[in-house]
Amino acid sequence: MSIDLREKLKGELIEQLNLEDISPADIDSSAALFGDGLGLDSIDALEIIVLLEKEYGIKISDPSAGKEAMASIDSLAAFIEKNRK
Amino acid sequence: MKTIKHIRIEQSSVFADGDELFSLAGEEYAVFARAVYKSLEIDYPKFYKMSNMCKLGFLASEYLLKDMNIKEKFVDRSRVAIVLACKASSLQADIEYSKTMGEIPSPALFVYTLANIVTGEIAIRHGIKGEELMLVQQEYDKEQLSDYVSTLIDEGNTDFCITGMVDYDENHRYFADVCLLGR
Repeated sequence: MSIDLREKLKGELIEQLNLEDISPADIDSSAALFGDGLGLDSIDALEIIVLLEKEYGIKISDPSAGKEAMASIDSLAAFIEKNRK
Repeated sequence: MKTIKHIRIEQSSVFADGDELFSLAGEEYAVFARAVYKSLEIDYPKFYKMSNMCKLGFLASEYLLKDMNIKEKFVDRSRVAIVLACKASSLQADIEYSKTMGEIPSPALFVYTLANIVTGEIAIRHGIKGEELMLVQQEYDKEQLSDYVSTLIDEGNTDFCITGMVDYDENHRYFADVCLLGR
């Protein structure tokens, strides 16, 4: 899996989700994005869906696949590599 | 009904009961709001996601309730009300949201396209569960607000009320004038 993609994603999430006071180095690629991890909420999940479509041309049609993909930066990067057009 | 504390925010300054608490003259709102947030030394990352109007209401309420143990003071937070007014409603957030409609509209901006989210964010932050109201007034009508709050308190279900004006318009002019009132 591309390390660059993970780092790029961290930057995009910080920008897109207004995660001020957080730097890419603060985000553990394997840590949970929701709940105890970065503490993202349901609106953030929607913004990630928008990000995937705008930046990577990926539409999430299966909610369970989306939930799995958004578990962490690692899983999100793997999902993008598998599905990007 | 007595005024416990009064906060006014305008032109890059914050005043409490008439005394200037914070000022960052000449700075644009984004810089000012961030500096105020930092000065309050609170950890509430959701602040950064809020609309400009919401940030204004949030900051005003933080100053209003600062140095007050809200859990102790508001023993029953279902008896605390938030009654605010605004003039421009959520127009500035509406404009920001409309800019995203050409591509994929932003859900994060959409949630701030209602003025009453200001009262909601304050209620969530402080666990307030009493009456919430956001009036859109042509001009700041303190008397109308005061009458409404008096009625609320007289009815016997409200002990405290956060009330006043929180306004942020499409030309980035902003003004907050809020009070904490009690029996």
